[in-house]
Amino acid sequence: MAVADSYLSVSQTAEPARRKRRGVRLSTIADHAILIAGALFMLVPVYLALTTASHEAVHIQREGLSFGFGDDLVKNFDAALFAKGGFTGAITGTTMLMNSFILGVGFAVGKIVLSMIAAYAIVYFRLRFATFAFWAIFTTILLPLEVRIVPSYEVIQGIGLTNTYTGLIVPLLASATGTFFFRQFFLSVPDELVEAARIDGAGPVKFFIDILVPLSRTMIAAIFIIMFVYGWNQYLWPTLITTEEGLFTLVRGIRQIIQAMAEGSQIPEYGRMMALAIIAMLPPVAIVILFQSWFVKGLVESEK
Amino acid sequence: MAKVSVSNLSKTYGKGNQAVKPCSFHIADGEFVVLVGPSGCGKSTLLRMIAGLEDITSGELRIGDRVVNDLDPAERDIAMVFQNYALYPHMTVAKNIAYGLKNRGTPAPVIEQKVREAADILNLTEYLDRKPGQLSGGQRQRVAMGRAIVRDPALFLFDEPLSNLDAKLRNQMRIEIRKLQRRLGVTSIYVTHDQVEAMTMADRIFVLNDGRIEQVGTPAEIYHKPASTFVASFMGAPPMNLLPGDYNGNGSVRLNEETTIRIAEPADHKGVVKLGVRPEDVSLAAPDDGVPFQIDVVEELGANRLLHGNLAGHPFTVSVGKESDATPGLAGLRIDPSAIHLFHPEEGRRL
Repeated sequence: MAVADSYLSVSQTAEPARRKRRGVRLSTIADHAILIAGALFMLVPVYLALTTASHEAVHIQREGLSFGFGDDLVKNFDAALFAKGGFTGAITGTTMLMNSFILGVGFAVGKIVLSMIAAYAIVYFRLRFATFAFWAIFTTILLPLEVRIVPSYEVIQGIGLTNTYTGLIVPLLASATGTFFFRQFFLSVPDELVEAARIDGAGPVKFFIDILVPLSRTMIAAIFIIMFVYGWNQYLWPTLITTEEGLFTLVRGIRQIIQAMAEGSQIPEYGRMMALAIIAMLPPVAIVILFQSWFVKGLVESEK
Repeated sequence: MAKVSVSNLSKTYGKGNQAVKPCSFHIADGEFVVLVGPSGCGKSTLLRMIAGLEDITSGELRIGDRVVNDLDPAERDIAMVFQNYALYPHMTVAKNIAYGLKNRGTPAPVIEQKVREAADILNLTEYLDRKPGQLSGGQRQRVAMGRAIVRDPALFLFDEPLSNLDAKLRNQMRIEIRKLQRRLGVTSIYVTHDQVEAMTMADRIFVLNDGRIEQVGTPAEIYHKPASTFVASFMGAPPMNLLPGDYNGNGSVRLNEETTIRIAEPADHKGVVKLGVRPEDVSLAAPDDGVPFQIDVVEELGANRLLHGNLAGHPFTVSVGKESDATPGLAGLRIDPSAIHLFHPEEGRRL
């Protein structure tokens, strides 16, 4: 009886195990299929842009997007980076790259500095209307740039900042999102740390620079990624505020090339455009990769 | 090193909520004072007022010869150890310890030497390059101590520094802190809710209740001559037994129809009283000897046993040695008349 029992129990446990293993394999296949599909969905357009960028414009005009590599990859990238373009021929790919960088970095750094200072004031100082001020800032999340773009233009134009980097960057710096994130983070910093710093003789400025800023490193990295990419991809505002081609950013420049060429009743330089699109993509990717390692390190160390 | 004088110090929050009622006391140079009381009694507020982290509503605070009421914490020549260590997580141990000195503009070689000395005293030398996140709780607390001692302050303030440590480490750190304080001779104020810490560490204990200082005294005075029922029941584990009774004015207290207890010192109060007896001031006897005591539960603690039961209709606890063979049931109690405390029934003060 005891033998039979144990036999029974063995067969009972063995059966589900086998079924389970088969189930795992099936679900693994399904998982991977989904992952592969997702990866292809993301990567194929990039790959197509790259291969297409290696053909002559005439070829692209005739054949459309092509999967194979052509002979003109270097030539097209060279043109994208160094050939003069636009109506006036005042701008090259490198200048646009530089402009985009100035916009992206200026945007991210400016937003971080401004929103950290705002959050610092709201959280650490007994201001009479601090809560009201915070919610007033917070509600501006509901007002995206597009809503206020005409008055903003009016103001910038009025003080003569069109076609300047200042005009490009400053009006977009106030960030409710950044202020909100930093506020939440500062609220989670223990009061004891503030008190210890006070006893250690750190005034408000010292506390901010010596303690709060280093503590916020991971937060800063995260917001830098988001804001840099946001700034890099700005299209509408730069279009409105810059009319000189020397100030064009990459994202705008791509479109400018098709337009200029098409109006010139030539075949648009598709290869060069694709190359430019690839170039436009690289810096945000680099930034994400660079800051991600910081970000993960910060998460793992779990300071505070 | 300095003495601390407090006169009529009080703290009132916004809507007239008096967290610390006006109090006055002196702390001698090099003394170790423990503020003890239940949560919300105002002990931390009092400490934070001395530290300068809370504004003083009224009264005067002197550290050494200076009135420091309106000085910033950094200018009061104090150092504070916090409950959650409050170390700067992004700085190494050495930088944590040095930060206060750096802000004071101490020259770098001096800082380095002081940090080295402090680390040596606290056995932290090999951890100087680590970050607080890589240290254990006890080590972190030692870093916090190091940060306090490098400054050579006039006054150490401790805000429940051991409550985040496990029991064993707590005992160890208790002794370490006390040794360190003796060695450095720095006047110290230590806040805790743990009466064991208060008893074992203090030169003098201040027992606080509801924003008031109930009693000031050496640990022995506090334990053996509690000034009120609050102190009597707060200090000591298990707490003092408190029973209502009727004092006839000439040497005995009646608990009920059958039970009368003799007392040694007469009090000048007749009528209803609260009678207090510490669980260990009682000895167990045969059921027909002394006061009848109904034992309900026997708690084994190893070194001794606690007998929980009923005396004259009230809960009562007796502590007996491990050799006692008490079992639940009826027993008799002999109560040492000189160990009996009488308290006022409403005000709770000692009679």
